[in-house]
Amino acid sequence: MAVLELTNISKHFGAIQAVNDVSLSIEPGQVVGLMGDNGAGKSTLVKMIAGNFRPSHGSMQMDGKDLVLHKPVEARQHGIEIVHQDLALCNNLTAAANVYLGRELRRGVGPFRILDYASMYKRAGQIFAELKSETRPRDLVKQMSGGQRQAVAIARTMLSQAKIVLMDEPTAAISVRQVAEVLNLIRHLRDQGIAVVLISHRMPDVFTVADRVIVMRRGRKVADKTIASSSPEEVTGLITGAIEQV
Amino acid sequence: MALTIDQPIEHKQQSLPARLFASQTFWVVIAVILACLFLSFATDAFATSKNLYNITRNITFVAIIALGMTFVIITGGIDLSVGSVLCLSSMVLAVTMHAGYSIEVGIIASIATALAIGAFNGILIAYLGFPPFVVTLGMLSIARSLAMVASNNTVVFQFGPDHAKLLALGGGAWVFGIANPVLYMILLALITGFILRWTKFGRHIFAIGGNEHAATLTGVPVRQIKVTVYMISALSAGIAGVIETGWLGAVTTNIGTGMELQVIAATVIGGANLAGGVGTAFGAIVGAALIEVIRNSLGLLGINAFWQGVFIGGAILLAVLFDRIRNFRRSD
Repeated sequence: MAVLELTNISKHFGAIQAVNDVSLSIEPGQVVGLMGDNGAGKSTLVKMIAGNFRPSHGSMQMDGKDLVLHKPVEARQHGIEIVHQDLALCNNLTAAANVYLGRELRRGVGPFRILDYASMYKRAGQIFAELKSETRPRDLVKQMSGGQRQAVAIARTMLSQAKIVLMDEPTAAISVRQVAEVLNLIRHLRDQGIAVVLISHRMPDVFTVADRVIVMRRGRKVADKTIASSSPEEVTGLITGAIEQV
Repeated sequence: MALTIDQPIEHKQQSLPARLFASQTFWVVIAVILACLFLSFATDAFATSKNLYNITRNITFVAIIALGMTFVIITGGIDLSVGSVLCLSSMVLAVTMHAGYSIEVGIIASIATALAIGAFNGILIAYLGFPPFVVTLGMLSIARSLAMVASNNTVVFQFGPDHAKLLALGGGAWVFGIANPVLYMILLALITGFILRWTKFGRHIFAIGGNEHAATLTGVPVRQIKVTVYMISALSAGIAGVIETGWLGAVTTNIGTGMELQVIAATVIGGANLAGGVGTAFGAIVGAALIEVIRNSLGLLGINAFWQGVFIGGAILLAVLFDRIRNFRRSD
């Protein structure tokens, strides 16, 4: 059964039709590449799934149940996690502090509760180990490489039982070696049965790691097919409009 | 691979000495100790119990407000209104008690006034997006003016039926001959240190100073926290006002003039970063101590008091210079 299903979703801002009648479904443990030129409606679509925007028309379902989101926190409660393009990390805090930002563990009784440093370091360390990342929980984020920073942002999504992780351009601003690291992180998420939506401009990344590719152009979904049955040339044609629709 | 996964978790980021040498607070402590040693040998008047009593007590008023200011500066904000808020809360306390109310009523009225001003600053900054500099600069003017209105710009030195209690509160030395204000300062420093290190609120303050956008995205209640830090800053000014009133035994409307600069200087010298994200309670106290030792030593060494501003300003620049040098090294 699909973990997330969108049915005839549209979103307009005044006269501008940002997303137009898009339906799609995402299976558990599947990596879906979401591609399209700037202004194609990718971000708007993702922001609706993330709870930032409400769709003008259409409905969303999660595990077969209707999903209505009013704000980002609710998306998180439903198991939808987002890795933001700028990663949303605080340089002055440790890796563990960043992983737990906004949902710190505490111990104590009643109103007298203090931060539980030991548990946060331990759990963050376990997650980095699961991700096969060399990131250390006590290191400050400002001392980290781009790949390690990605690992911290991705580790956040593994704190709770995420069902679907949306990643916005995770490989846009990092070195080639670090791109490989991030793609590995994505595979680890997939292996745990988490669905990953990878929003990317980088054709090689999508074709390396994704199972399926969805292409958007001018607010419409113009392609939704398995990676095996597509090719970078075809996707490029779809993005630019040289190929109308498949 | 198995080794490299467990090892890093145990591995501490830096050894203790390395962390000490990298910390600005540590060097300021060294500077304070060296200055004290030098003064003990160079002058007869420094290492006397009376002078040390004076120094420790003089540190407190700046230090207590610097503790509150630390919260604001860690979030990347600034509060220029603390000197005027100190004046207004002193005046509210004085006028209330002068009118015949008890010390309890006086203190409640004074602290409530400070909190209301902090909330006002915070709401304009957090919810209406005003720049902190502008809001608190405006409040610097407003609060002092209100103090003049409240007292009709007179000196209040009679505090009604609880007069003696108020003087004892600020001027006494209840434990081991340590001046009361010093005890309050130590208590407040411990509370501040605890909040910054061990509470979720403290963690969120650092997060806001580090990356406010990230804090918002991860569900940190940024606006509420910003209002709270300006209330804490004003509260610390209010507390300092109450204590200083008890110590001086009289309130004029120019009490606390220019104090915001000393407070901000103490915080910055102690290692807080005006760009946000860095600061400690201990640093605020040490910074205040360095400023007071400089002031005191100039007097004892017979240097013209007009030079004070040069030395304190120099200390600020030096502190920031060290910070810059460390950053240059790190980026190399």
